[in-house]
Amino acid sequence: MTISIDPQKTNNESLQPKGWLRYFSFSLDHKVIGIQYLVCGFLFYLIGGTLASAIRIELASPMSDFMPRDVYNQVLTLHGTIMIFLWIVPVVNGAFGNYLIPFYVGARDMAFPRLNAVAFWLIPPSGLMLVVSYFIEGAAQAGWTAYPPLSITTPQSGQIIWILSVLLLGGSSIFGGINFIATIIKLRRPGLKLMQLPMYCWAMLGTSLLVVLSTPVLAGTLILLSFDIIANTGFFNPVLGGNVVVYQHLFWFYSHPAVYIMVLPAFGLVSEILPIHARKPLFGYTTMVFSIMGIVVLGLVVWAHHMFTSGTPPWMRLFFTIATAFIAVPTGIKFFNWVATLWGGKISINSAMLFSCGFIINFVFGGITGVALAQVPFDIHVHDTYFVVAHFHYIVYGGTVFIIFSSIYHWFPKVTGKMLNEKLGILHFIITFIGFNLCFAPQHWLGLNGMPRRVAEYDPQFQFVNQISSLGALLMAISTIPFLINVFISARNGKDAGDNPWNALTPEWLTSSPPPVENWEGEAPLVEEPYGYGKEISEQK
Amino acid sequence: MLNKNIYLILIISLVFAISFWIGFNVNLLPAEASINAPIYDELFKILFIIGLIIFIGMTIAVIYSLFKFRKRNDQIGDGIALEGNLSLEIVWTIIPSIIVLLIGLYSYNIYDRMGGMKELNHNHEMMSSNTEKIWAGISQTSGNEIAKNNLSIEVSAMQFAFLFNYPKGNFISGELHVPVDQKVSMKMESKDVIHAFWVPEFRIKQDIIPGQPTILNFTPTKVGKYPIICAELCGPYHGGMRASIIVEEESDYNDWFNKNKKPEVNL
Repeated sequence: MTISIDPQKTNNESLQPKGWLRYFSFSLDHKVIGIQYLVCGFLFYLIGGTLASAIRIELASPMSDFMPRDVYNQVLTLHGTIMIFLWIVPVVNGAFGNYLIPFYVGARDMAFPRLNAVAFWLIPPSGLMLVVSYFIEGAAQAGWTAYPPLSITTPQSGQIIWILSVLLLGGSSIFGGINFIATIIKLRRPGLKLMQLPMYCWAMLGTSLLVVLSTPVLAGTLILLSFDIIANTGFFNPVLGGNVVVYQHLFWFYSHPAVYIMVLPAFGLVSEILPIHARKPLFGYTTMVFSIMGIVVLGLVVWAHHMFTSGTPPWMRLFFTIATAFIAVPTGIKFFNWVATLWGGKISINSAMLFSCGFIINFVFGGITGVALAQVPFDIHVHDTYFVVAHFHYIVYGGTVFIIFSSIYHWFPKVTGKMLNEKLGILHFIITFIGFNLCFAPQHWLGLNGMPRRVAEYDPQFQFVNQISSLGALLMAISTIPFLINVFISARNGKDAGDNPWNALTPEWLTSSPPPVENWEGEAPLVEEPYGYGKEISEQK
Repeated sequence: MLNKNIYLILIISLVFAISFWIGFNVNLLPAEASINAPIYDELFKILFIIGLIIFIGMTIAVIYSLFKFRKRNDQIGDGIALEGNLSLEIVWTIIPSIIVLLIGLYSYNIYDRMGGMKELNHNHEMMSSNTEKIWAGISQTSGNEIAKNNLSIEVSAMQFAFLFNYPKGNFISGELHVPVDQKVSMKMESKDVIHAFWVPEFRIKQDIIPGQPTILNFTPTKVGKYPIICAELCGPYHGGMRASIIVEEESDYNDWFNKNKKPEVNL
């Protein structure tokens, strides 16, 4: 059999499988890779969510009675690692970044399509490795932070597989980051200026800078840690004269920016969604750009606020308090601008809008507890308690995951050409919003009153509040059912969306749904005002 | 226009009133049992009230916008083409900056009152050498203040227990007994992995780190029995790593101390 290659077509197009099979291939199409990231991330979200349910079942009673104690520690380690490295980071960066950035800059693909495909295909094997490590000799059980000496003294195989897996995922993240920076800077359509780009491009530029600057530090740290485990070196092993606090500094030098790697893209996505459904321009474009860059710079110098009760001298505690609290300023600017974007609009109350507004409310709450936690004297009491657990779930779940769902409702018509069912979508929002707040709001009280995090057993006086929290977790688990039903039914039998169901102005909507392989049939449109809503009417008057 | 402003002022004052009322009437914290606790609770109250004002204000703004500016069925077209407002941007940059700066200065003051900025010194008597490096901790006593009646205890933590060494009495206890209203100075070190010493009623916590001694000073103010909780993941039985601190009247403490005291061995 011979394969004839049409010289007019690219290599890529003629050899790639068609239909649903392309999603299982080494496709170089940024849209296919974006969907691969999203679906793969969602599958890991279901695994991570199952683990979360197991944790909440264990915590419904004060005794350690649902699973063995060491398994509990494995479950919480896997839950954290999967949710961060296999769900949120790949989805808000890889999935939406790959799908949208080439459209936004007016390109036909990413700058390095092959690197892009490699970056994605690192994820399934490393994720699988992490999950399978549980069945070998047990998964890692030192928490997602893997603090030595605990990570050196717990069973080795699980910890080593964990390190290997996180290294691969970090590599994938760096490849993606380089690709986004190159695409946004170098692949812009002629005539398109930087300050005309949709806000998500700026968010991804900031995020990718953080990825490229900080992820290598994590990689180096984990390699040193693996030497300590398998080669008996003493970088972090106090028995051999190592310093355990140095590990914490190196780890948080990546892992605090990692929070911004998880929320900045969400800030970008919500900046795309709100103007379209409120029919108004994004308020304060320029300040939004500067606040993203402000968060990037400040985000790199706040890491030690995770170590206020650790081996840090007083002056250091103070410096990091002030630096951390100041991140509230650029973040606050963004929130005021989003509310101002809503103000005076003609707002369609739909699932995408509701999830975005849920995000604003949840994130403001998490931001306020964040400013409180930045204060050393405040943190000294609640550090490593359920207060902190509640705080960061308000940021990454109430914030980022709400935006992931909002984005799915918003871009599903573009990807599939079908609308999602609005009634099921609003039901999904209501159950998620109630379940989320029921689950995490009471945990603030638990932390303030004496329940540390990462425990399988606790003081019986906390049982009732823990059961409320577990009930919230149950609602959150249930909330995925209407969502999944909606996606499966609408993908087959949903209402036809047309090319531009939201009447949007950003470039991805100025092509067919789903878009052709090279994004536009003709030349890429030049969109100088991606948020020019209301302009035509005022001109007509 | 005047009417609108009146409504706005009314709503803002209502938000402030509700926030202050909740801040002063809802107690989210456990009992206060050390001189740190009331200082901490003062900071908590201020942060709680500011947080409530911002949270309630933002939530009202979002829900009001959704309701007031929702698209009616007969409406077509877009909202107003308002792209920004420089003076508004300046206002909501400067006001939060000032609030954040004031909170930072205030929490510095609180931290200073808790003794956090004092030089980290342990009771000289029990220090093995004068050059020993203390890595971190909260100190309520300055170098000069270290009084003779300052109770010194050495804490060692291991999987999954705390041991309290009373050097003056030459004995080790699994329960921490301290007299009320007296400064306690603890030097802490771990034998294996990182642990943390946390007493929620005292509002203090300090990691106990292998290879790096840390210091924690506190003064209990209320007689009672309080939990000591390990707050750093230290292995499978982390959740069970607890001990008790018993704060008692000085006479009761002395009885307990004398009962456990071992005679000094003269070599």
